[in-house]
Amino acid sequence: MAVLVDANTTVICQGFTGAQGTFHSEQAIAYGTKMVGGVTPGKGGSTHLGLPVYDTVAQAVAAGPVSASAIYVPPAFAADAILEAIDSEIALIVCITEGIPVLDMIKVKRALSGSRSRLIGPNCPGVITPDACKIGIMPGHIHRRGKIGIVSRSGTLTYEAVAQTTAAGLGQSSCVGIGGDPVKGTDFIEVLEMFLADPETEAVIMIGEIGGQSEIDAAEFLATNKVKKPTVGFIAGATAPPGRRMGHAGAVISGGKDTAAAKFEAMRIAGIHVAESPAALGSTMVKALRG
Amino acid sequence: MNIHEYQAKELLKGYGVAVLEGHVAWTPDEAAAAAAKLPGPVYVVKSQIHAGGRGAGRFADDPNGKGGVRLARSADEVRAAAEAMIGHTLVTKQTGPAGRRVNRVYVEAGCDIARELYLSLLVDRATSRVTIMASTEGGMEIEEVAEHHPEKILRVAIDPAAGIWPFHARKLAYALGLSGKQVGSFGKFVTAMYNAFLALDCAIVEINPLVVTGAGEIVALDAKVSFDDNALYRHPDIEKLRDEAEEDPKELEAAKYSLNYVALDGQIGCMVNGAGLAMATMDIIKLYGSSPANFLDVGGGATKERVTAAFKIILSDPNVEGILVNIFGGIMRCDVIAEGVVAAAREVSLSVPLVVRLEGTNVALGKEIMAKSGLPIISADNLADAAEKVVKAVKEAA
Repeated sequence: MAVLVDANTTVICQGFTGAQGTFHSEQAIAYGTKMVGGVTPGKGGSTHLGLPVYDTVAQAVAAGPVSASAIYVPPAFAADAILEAIDSEIALIVCITEGIPVLDMIKVKRALSGSRSRLIGPNCPGVITPDACKIGIMPGHIHRRGKIGIVSRSGTLTYEAVAQTTAAGLGQSSCVGIGGDPVKGTDFIEVLEMFLADPETEAVIMIGEIGGQSEIDAAEFLATNKVKKPTVGFIAGATAPPGRRMGHAGAVISGGKDTAAAKFEAMRIAGIHVAESPAALGSTMVKALRG
Repeated sequence: MNIHEYQAKELLKGYGVAVLEGHVAWTPDEAAAAAAKLPGPVYVVKSQIHAGGRGAGRFADDPNGKGGVRLARSADEVRAAAEAMIGHTLVTKQTGPAGRRVNRVYVEAGCDIARELYLSLLVDRATSRVTIMASTEGGMEIEEVAEHHPEKILRVAIDPAAGIWPFHARKLAYALGLSGKQVGSFGKFVTAMYNAFLALDCAIVEINPLVVTGAGEIVALDAKVSFDDNALYRHPDIEKLRDEAEEDPKELEAAKYSLNYVALDGQIGCMVNGAGLAMATMDIIKLYGSSPANFLDVGGGATKERVTAAFKIILSDPNVEGILVNIFGGIMRCDVIAEGVVAAAREVSLSVPLVVRLEGTNVALGKEIMAKSGLPIISADNLADAAEKVVKAVKEAA
């Protein structure tokens, strides 16, 4: 079954006719994702990539069941696009856009609470269930359907975990990039809950970064949760200097609990198998599964 | 993006935040003239650099002298203080040993201080809300208060839908031990700060110390404002306040090409796509016994020109003894990276070992472009292989 998306997930794209929306929608269709249309204000009624274009999300939803939306609109308009998807009660909203003002995201986060929508991202690679549904910018061909659930704050480091678990013959159930921004739709614990409840997921890789303390909260959640699955963890940024922003808006160490050392320590205490090197995600998982 | 204290105060004043009267000065004469405009008899001369700890900091050419913030009792004393600061390098806890050159000072009216408090506003990721932090421990570094006396830090999170209300300020004011007229003055101050924070798209506003005067007024003695870089597009006026002298020239050059670059002090230059992978690449270089010279994320949509620019920026750092290019192409096509690397290596006549690890979209084509270039590029198959090879190549070249 995997998590969040499967072969039945119907997907629209917001920012459909733009360069990013076009390229990644093409890739998604080629991968087998059930794309059912797209939204670009002002281009409603036309056809793009063989699919209908709508002016509004509401029109796309009225035309047929839509279970998810992939958002590729520029940062200045992204919060508006997410809010429009929430307004149309899209169950899963995946926002790839990087660089959304944080005060916009604070309003979006407030609007999500009590809504019927779940947001993944922003500033993330997206969500994939191999051989079933790809929503996002990840290279599809590195994935193999299998038993490892991957959740990560970083995009390309997720691909690293995917490539290593594919090479180890384990494959992935689903991969969820939660994104590198400080204010985001979905955090580690919520994705871990899904993986722990998913029968196809036998083990989990969780990849964090310096900054914030959601990895520590997640480690504490895993330590106290009744359902246990082998979990491998890695935190990027052990060598990052304090006070400097390392690309992701969220990756700033400000001292205290948000350092790589503090997060690795919390993972060890929680019984997570820590990968010492980002090149050892696959091999650490193989060892963890052997018990 | 950061700005100077005097700029921060001027901006905040526009939203009704109480600050002291003051004037910026670029020369000792301007400083004396600024003092003449103030009521006196006490003045404060403050070095303007983008780093904290100025009062306790010392000037590089006068390590036993006074700090970067000085009291003066006449226009002549103001002139003398400014002379000791302008054009001199101030070293503080936050500047690192190299220090920062002071190019301007802020001459401010003195203040009758009854109490020093701490106040800041920031985005708290745990609650996803703008949060007001306050403490009775004014004038101290808040990180130290957090470590030793976490109970002395008060927090109030503001619901973005409801906004700020008087009770938020009352809750803080009474917990800080304020009373009478001070409570109303504090409420006005905090509300103005919150309005400024939203209007200016701030990342953090810190007032340390926040002063209670003998007359019961609440006023900002210092002010540190930094902005959300993602929102600068809607604030062209703020962008104009950028002081390029305060920024690393390599980082400024990188920003022109939308590259995310942070200078570090190691030997191995890194070019990576994605912030997480870039940090992980730095980490693995350390694991293999060397250290990274920089963080550089070329981003997802890098063109050949941007890759070439990235390469030149890495090589402009004299400490770089080797380069590791680590690309896991998702949107980033490996052939584009390869073309950029080859073009840049030719243009700068590369003199240090170069290890390239490519993976993902169009990887075979990328490897072919590098192999056919005739350049001494060391190809690596995976992350561990790449780190091992670059560390080894640098050792052998030394």
